[in-house]
Amino acid sequence: MHDLAALAIETAKRRGASYADVRVMDIRHRDISTKNGEVGTLAESESLGLGVRVIAGGAWGFSSTDRLTKEGVQACAAEAVAIAKASALAKRENISLAPEETYVDTWQNPFLKDPFRIPVETQIGLLLAADKEMRRVKGVTVAEGSMSFRRIEQLFASSTGSSIHQVKMQSGAGIVATSFAGTEIQKRSYPNSFGGQHMLQGYELIESLDLVGNAGRVAEECVALHSAAQCPEGQKTVILGSSQLGLQIHESIGHPIELDRVLGMEANFAGMSFLTTEKLRKLRYGSDIVNVVADARLDHGPGLGTFGYDDEGVAAQCTPIITNGLFTGYLSSRETAASIGEKRSGGTVRCESWNRLPMIRMTNISINPGSWDYDNLIADTDDAILMETNRSWSIDDKRYHFQFSTEIGWEVKGGKVGRMIKNPSYSGITTEFWNSCDAICSREHWTLWGTPNCGKGQPQQVMGTGHGASPARFRNIKVGVAFAK
Amino acid sequence: MSKDAILSLKDLERIAEKVLKLSGADETEVDVGSTTDALTRFANNTIHQNVAEHSLSISVRAVIDGRTARATTNKTDEESLRRTVEAAITLARNQPRNPDLLPMIGKQKYPKVSRFFSSTANATPEDRAKAVTKVCKAAAKAKQTAAGIFSSGEHRSLTVNSRGLVAPYEQTRAEFSITILEPTSSGWAKSNSPDIRKIDPQELAENAARTAATSREPREIPAGRYTTILSPSAVLDLVGFLFYDFAATSVLDKRSCLTGRIGKKVFGDNITIWDDAYHPLQSGPPHDGEGVPRQKVLLVDKGVPKNLVYARSTAKKMKAKPTGHGFSLPNEYGEAPMNLVFSGGDKTTEEMIRTTDRGILVTRLWYIREVDPYEKILTGMTRDGTFLLENGKISGGVRNFRFNESIIEMLSKVEMMGAPVRAAGEESFEMVVPPMKVRDFHFSEVTKF
Repeated sequence: MHDLAALAIETAKRRGASYADVRVMDIRHRDISTKNGEVGTLAESESLGLGVRVIAGGAWGFSSTDRLTKEGVQACAAEAVAIAKASALAKRENISLAPEETYVDTWQNPFLKDPFRIPVETQIGLLLAADKEMRRVKGVTVAEGSMSFRRIEQLFASSTGSSIHQVKMQSGAGIVATSFAGTEIQKRSYPNSFGGQHMLQGYELIESLDLVGNAGRVAEECVALHSAAQCPEGQKTVILGSSQLGLQIHESIGHPIELDRVLGMEANFAGMSFLTTEKLRKLRYGSDIVNVVADARLDHGPGLGTFGYDDEGVAAQCTPIITNGLFTGYLSSRETAASIGEKRSGGTVRCESWNRLPMIRMTNISINPGSWDYDNLIADTDDAILMETNRSWSIDDKRYHFQFSTEIGWEVKGGKVGRMIKNPSYSGITTEFWNSCDAICSREHWTLWGTPNCGKGQPQQVMGTGHGASPARFRNIKVGVAFAK
Repeated sequence: MSKDAILSLKDLERIAEKVLKLSGADETEVDVGSTTDALTRFANNTIHQNVAEHSLSISVRAVIDGRTARATTNKTDEESLRRTVEAAITLARNQPRNPDLLPMIGKQKYPKVSRFFSSTANATPEDRAKAVTKVCKAAAKAKQTAAGIFSSGEHRSLTVNSRGLVAPYEQTRAEFSITILEPTSSGWAKSNSPDIRKIDPQELAENAARTAATSREPREIPAGRYTTILSPSAVLDLVGFLFYDFAATSVLDKRSCLTGRIGKKVFGDNITIWDDAYHPLQSGPPHDGEGVPRQKVLLVDKGVPKNLVYARSTAKKMKAKPTGHGFSLPNEYGEAPMNLVFSGGDKTTEEMIRTTDRGILVTRLWYIREVDPYEKILTGMTRDGTFLLENGKISGGVRNFRFNESIIEMLSKVEMMGAPVRAAGEESFEMVVPPMKVRDFHFSEVTKF
């Protein structure tokens, strides 16, 4: 890896690059899925390649290749420089980067059990056992389970002397029961929807989830939803479960704070942001109890946004995003930090693979735990809907107006959880919503959720992000609009 | 570099043959693909990202005693190929037998499709940069801001198996997408084609600029049900959510909105939908993931869902014939129609506007998600040019709406359609769809811009 990186940098410099960085990445996947007692997907893949990013003529160029011969790497680096020179045809000003130390380091996330060394029949066996438990429940029409594992070994090297070797091991799993009855399809997932829970951990994560032990419960809830009461329409107090709050953070805080989006670089596809730069340290984003951080350090937990260094060689950091309700920080890169006069990048740049340009991505965007015990929160609530596990999510291209629906809900009346509610949904305007937060549960109810499927960029890159959250209460929220006639 | 970076079919064949020889499995399938892609991205009237990618994929599916699995690599040395074959065999061996697994198919004949254009394959970063520079300069001159992409690429693939299947395919692709921003409004246009000569960046930029200028200072009007004219891109991004409902596996699993509705009147009389990989505006290979030739299938005839698409194993389960729409094995999803073509109508968008007393004109939809899978209620936002129509004319821009609309209901309320075009959106792969004028489209809330 080191020789290839050095060759690419040397070639880029010789061709006229004023700056070059290289990512050599060796990525391994294992994906397993089951459906109704049978194995669905069963696949492994590996991909090794190199991406070169350069500044030449004051503009960016990037090229990537999996031809890891001397000729292949040299041609790739030369192409990156040629592309930069073409970019310079339309440049308005030279690229400027916020300064960063050079690092020579290695980093690896800790894990106990290498998932690639666990026999595949053990992994299939676990999914099929959970599948069987779900199908024991009458009314379940589809039982599904999935596991995915990812090992990323990467070397970052730059023309300024950094050389950073990192290994990340990622695991994830989940189960889903689906039921069709009458004119209705209902679904329940565990531990989260859209693939379950994913973390920077080994197979010990999968063992800790107890998929089999939870399979019967989610299947029963799924079937029971058919006879549950429809979510009412109107203004209500809403209590969000921690995984739903995690996605709410992702969509209505994580994306709008991306500085490339704020500066218009994503305007054509992902959109822009209402968080224009004059709002920094002035906008009241949420109520006083709302504190949100972007934390890529291992101290925060083994989230999908945890690393030692980002993909442009900036050390992992914790940035306060919302401090006692005040908007205090963006997610930035070396280029975007420099463009708004920040002294240093927030260290949030990552790429999906060797063939993708690194860009600003969420790290672990988490809400700090509050002080409420969950039982006390319920006991303190007269009339609300408790909503859990995301079913659909949508937000406008400046991240103001959102609508979410969840798989399941419950009425909370007189301080007690009551009857089940089906098709729960809520909507609102981002800042109004976060300013209506009046209770957040404590650390013991806080979970660092993994979102493995965040899409951004052109060509689109899928990235894992982390979101720590505990259940929280929001007042006077519009509910039920999704099904309004 | 691009010319020698993509491998020839002969090169792909050599790799595939080598892999087949290394395999001791009962049956072996090899997919080899070589890709070159390049993309120039611009924003704030300047190029801010300019990338190229050259990649190779060698994917091996092994069958051992009625079990199958897949392993994939991008390394071409013999040791890596051997290890990949062994990985596929080991994964296959260590699972329960699959009662639905069928023997691999042998040699097939495919209708010829011509979707590789040297004009696209030969496009250079300078070509893209020149076109981008031109539209950025025009935007700056008009005191507007341009953002977008101009991409081009080529892909060549070959699927072979130990029973004699040989399925080659090659295609080029080019795409231009542009957003024009003004302080209070925006406009958007996008086009893609296998042939870069069919894309006119300047015309697209002018359309987006006109949309942005016409929708300045948008007013807020109340949410509600409006007669709505949807651009082909907006139609695509909505009806794209129906594609998996036509998969036989989806109906078998009772996850399709067509469960219990096949053969019944579901949509309006004016809705007829085909899946047709050979339509001149379509792209993609003439075969499915197992190498079965794709067939043209009538999915909806005058509002009545008539047929589904079938992979081989789903067809066997449902006593039907495979239609050439299966995904690569192994998978749990079965199949899907990937080349939807709507019959459309003969009205122009101008006629649709002229005949509307009060309504909404939509340029683009965004962040569409499924709210109810059986009634097919989708939610999402309008974006980049939403207009109020009054007395047969565009009366100005309006703030963007959130919608919650059942696609089944929507396709029963289509009052007019235009000629179908190859539309490009964000939520779906490209399809051939018309612009539509729809009665009582449900906008449920309004955002702040």
